[in-house]
Amino acid sequence: MDTPHQPLEDLQHIKKMMERSSRFISLSGLSGIAAGICALAGAWFASQKINCWVKGDCQLSLLMTSNGFELINDLFWIATVTFLAAFVSAFVFTYLRSKKNGTPMFGSTTMRLFWNMVIPIGVGGIFLIRMMQLGEFQLVAPGCLIFYGLALVNASKYTLGEIRYLGYGQIVLGLFNLWWIGYGLQFWAMGFGILHIVYGAMMWWKYERK
Amino acid sequence: MKNPIENLNKIFDSRIRLGIMSALMVNDEVSFNELKELLDITDGNLASHLKTLEESEFIKFQKGFIGRKTNTTYSITKNGEKEFKLHLDALTKMIGSVK
Repeated sequence: MDTPHQPLEDLQHIKKMMERSSRFISLSGLSGIAAGICALAGAWFASQKINCWVKGDCQLSLLMTSNGFELINDLFWIATVTFLAAFVSAFVFTYLRSKKNGTPMFGSTTMRLFWNMVIPIGVGGIFLIRMMQLGEFQLVAPGCLIFYGLALVNASKYTLGEIRYLGYGQIVLGLFNLWWIGYGLQFWAMGFGILHIVYGAMMWWKYERK
Repeated sequence: MKNPIENLNKIFDSRIRLGIMSALMVNDEVSFNELKELLDITDGNLASHLKTLEESEFIKFQKGFIGRKTNTTYSITKNGEKEFKLHLDALTKMIGSVK
């Protein structure tokens, strides 16, 4: 007998429509890998500048007082270029994927994801800048990791849910870093570099591999 | 035992209407254009399906403006939510009975 209802396909259709209409699902794993590589490159340049890696003493407060303004300026530029490179390369891969899948890049799901990321990151950024203005540099690296991790956990409701685990990873690293103050750059490279690459590779493997 | 097929709603036979309801279940409101992109259908086709759902009072709409363009957004009614959940339950039970 031919039945007009195919319950399994109907349920799959419902699930797909719910996901596509409420989450930004074009986020590409390659974006994570690209951002991670940029972060590692940035951390490498920074470590060359401050030459602290081998000595194991990447304490920002020390650097700020001993070497003066020029170094801060260099580090600032390294950080800015790293961020821009990571952002642009992450954007490119996600843009390509959304084009391939035919899902809109700038729909309401994108805006929702954007605001839910921007609020914790923006507030964290202001907090850390104010801390540096007050001469407190020790908690900058763990602060970045913790606020970024919280932003990702929050964002996981609006994009691929697995990003939550990347967030947990960043938070754990940030918390450890609170008690290993001298190793900010290493923790930073671990979180923004290695974790991004591992996460990106796993997501690519799971969703995009042909 | 009652046959779960009896609980299936005829109105949800169409994949497109099923898609509209799914999107409205998980979003407070969805605009006409977003639904169009989501389902990848023409204006006329979408409008006629929306009308069917509206007439059964499963969804309601709100007309607004973005600049000068009209922007119609749709949301689910209490009744629509109830009916959709019944339909979902029936589908789930049908799969269960096959196993």
